[in-house]
Amino acid sequence: MSDHDYTPNSKVGKWFNDRLPLLTLANHLTDYPTPKNLNYWWTFGGILTFCLITQIVTGLTLAMHYIAHADMAFDSVEHIMRDVNYGWLIRYIHANGASMFFLAVYIHIFRSLFYGSYKAPREIIWIIGIVIYLLMMAAAFMGYVLPWGQMSFWGATVITNLFSAIPLVGEGIVTWLWGGYSVDNPTLTRFFTLHYLIPFLILGLVVLHIWALHVPGNNNPVGIDIKKPSKDTVPFHPYIVIKDGFALLMFMIVFAFFVFYTPNILGHADNYIEADPLVTPAHIVPEWYLLPFYAILRSVPDKLLGVVAMLSAILILAALPWLDTSKIRSAVFRPLYKQFYWILVADVLILGYMGAMPAEGLYLLIARVATAYYFLHFLVILPVLGLKEKTLPVPLSITEPVLGGSPNMAAARSKESSNN
Amino acid sequence: MGRQIWLLQEVKKVQITKVKNLFKILFIFLFTFNFTSLNSAEKVEYLKTDWSFKGLFGKFDRGALQRGYQVYTEVCASCHSMKYLSYRNLAEKGGPEFTEAEAKVIAASFEVTDGPNADGEMFQRPGKLSDKFVMPYENVEAAKAANGGAYPPDMSVLIKARGGGADYIYSLLQGYEEPPIGITLDDGVYYNKYMYGNMIKMSAPLSDGAVEYSDGTQASVQQMSKDVTTFLMWAAEPHLEARHQMGFKAIVYLIILTVLVYFSMKKIWSRVESEV
Amino acid sequence: MSEKKPERRDFLFTATYAIGAVGAGAVAWPLIDQMNPDASVKALASTEVDVSNVKPGKTITVLWRGKPVFIRRRTQDEIAEARAVKMEDLIHPEKDEDRVQNPEWLVMLGVCTHLGCVPLNDKGDYDGWFCPCHGSHYDTSGRIRKGPAPWNMEVPKYEFVNANTIKIG
Repeated sequence: MSDHDYTPNSKVGKWFNDRLPLLTLANHLTDYPTPKNLNYWWTFGGILTFCLITQIVTGLTLAMHYIAHADMAFDSVEHIMRDVNYGWLIRYIHANGASMFFLAVYIHIFRSLFYGSYKAPREIIWIIGIVIYLLMMAAAFMGYVLPWGQMSFWGATVITNLFSAIPLVGEGIVTWLWGGYSVDNPTLTRFFTLHYLIPFLILGLVVLHIWALHVPGNNNPVGIDIKKPSKDTVPFHPYIVIKDGFALLMFMIVFAFFVFYTPNILGHADNYIEADPLVTPAHIVPEWYLLPFYAILRSVPDKLLGVVAMLSAILILAALPWLDTSKIRSAVFRPLYKQFYWILVADVLILGYMGAMPAEGLYLLIARVATAYYFLHFLVILPVLGLKEKTLPVPLSITEPVLGGSPNMAAARSKESSNN
Repeated sequence: MGRQIWLLQEVKKVQITKVKNLFKILFIFLFTFNFTSLNSAEKVEYLKTDWSFKGLFGKFDRGALQRGYQVYTEVCASCHSMKYLSYRNLAEKGGPEFTEAEAKVIAASFEVTDGPNADGEMFQRPGKLSDKFVMPYENVEAAKAANGGAYPPDMSVLIKARGGGADYIYSLLQGYEEPPIGITLDDGVYYNKYMYGNMIKMSAPLSDGAVEYSDGTQASVQQMSKDVTTFLMWAAEPHLEARHQMGFKAIVYLIILTVLVYFSMKKIWSRVESEV
Repeated sequence: MSEKKPERRDFLFTATYAIGAVGAGAVAWPLIDQMNPDASVKALASTEVDVSNVKPGKTITVLWRGKPVFIRRRTQDEIAEARAVKMEDLIHPEKDEDRVQNPEWLVMLGVCTHLGCVPLNDKGDYDGWFCPCHGSHYDTSGRIRKGPAPWNMEVPKYEFVNANTIKIG
């Protein structure tokens, strides 16, 4: 850890801090040198923290009224919506909060992809982030089962059935997951427990994520290493606090619009029908934030390989720091990579749209092409690009408006400054 | 030096435009590809009417809610339950807003099963405000058996449970017609233009004058359809008005605070030489 | 920098904090209020009881807000006995006239004021109730006469909707 020689002002503060250095921690977070050229794509970390706390608080208060039993779950949710004081508000915040959480996390991830935030020395931050993302998906999936509507039940059935694709032990695992011979009450009660648990696991990982970040410090739009503190940095408080606050308020306006005016638009009407094991809905669709993976899953005609493809699509991200061979971090100076980046964005959006469509005809064809391209991007394009691409010259620092110099000289100079 | 600053400003302008474009794409994506409409297999255009509850300042028309309640009670309630509504909801703010006395009379007009009494038996008594709406059938199986194997769905959240929402229900009630040439219907099956799959096991429930409105409004099929759909919308979303009102206050507040924080941010960052 | 600038800057920050605090309070309130009794619980806040079948000398027990309520139709002897008690003899002095609206009908929470057990009817040394948990004795007005209970059994808000119906709460 960096050196901290902070002394609290008060005697009580000093006494406490000597035993548990919370005040030193607070001081570190306050003074933490942050690059001053961060743009608004960097505000989503703070926004995500807000989302996590919102979900935990609304989730806790919902859990005071929700009943995790197949016979009473749907009723208890309606009880919350109708009778509990402000129950409708808390429920809509929680349901739409999940969507906002994923919107923010996708922007956050794509920021990292553009600016090379996953590259050395930030690989562990990135990998912790992937784990957080996986836990988010697990929590969201299980949370969606809890109201025990048609989509809750059938989504759970389809996704848990995927595990039967595992050779030899697959069927046993599915029965173990279900706690029975189909999705039923035992499945619901354990999903509730795990859904309650996971956000706190995420909270712990977020602490590690931020801790790991504070070692090298933030990346920045230009992608160069900077000295901290220096003319290139500002203390986190008040500069970044107020900027994150501003971005958060804009985010909350969008959030409020969904909650108060279109609270069900991102959901599925079928989930207002009570779960019926004898009636399968015409189209089983997950929530929008899981659609790209759903499309990948259905692209592959084989059950096991489809599951493998879907998982690989996420796990391949963990290998990204090593797949991307470029020495330059930020896409600002990688004109060719920039093009492929936007094609990837389009590809993921297309996959998402295909995930909502029936898996047949033209939709299936497009999904397959998009799936193939997704893997092509990470496994072929990125490694080749890093080696072959002609990058633009990178500046030496953020404050000095010196953009010139040959790429080699600039690289040599930036290596020099990173050694200090 | 001047040229470098100009370059940075240009880069910033491009970035801002990119962000704006991204948001434009996002909004167009979300509102054009309205995912609720993706779920309805039909490409039929629903009948349109202006709903008082739609829009940012949407409210319920009290008269429509009270008439709709009458249609529900006299036409639909013999087969369709409304199990999440209680009689007291009829007197609460944001709904039909019957007076408490009127709601008590309504409740008392229904027989409710209660018990067991001291002898261990269930008994019937007049309804109270705290009782849930009486169900027409004991359970789902009884409902199916009495309706040719088809379960008349509970209507508490029916509007939210159908992708087309209020427009769908409104259209369906008026959508009964003769089947097109080449389609024969089984016994007890009817053709409806707007029903998913066009086959429905409910015969046309409404006909002109089926209900005599206590407020004297002429009870055409279209009028009854609109009133009962409005009532069903309230049944599904009893706090809609409070939600809209709170939403307005919340967003106005957030905008005010955003403006204040924006200027605070500018003030703070002015201490730093380079721009944000 | 002129003198004016710092003042305006402080005002901006103060205003922002103040408006922000209002928002924080507005957010906190629903999260706290959701724990208050919900609409379905409040709907059961009052109960109407049909007492037409209660003969003199008999007590019925009804459930109100999750607690037992004793409704006793007192005989003339019981009323007289209650009225004859001197205030100095009472642990918790209360006139019988102040505890009933109609002397024939005693309505009170059947909860011992000691530690909350339900006293037994027609038991005890004072012709009223006896609490078996720690030996409190109550009289025909439901007042504590002997034992560890500090107060008389509580009389809830109630009214006679008509001659046969009592609405509690």
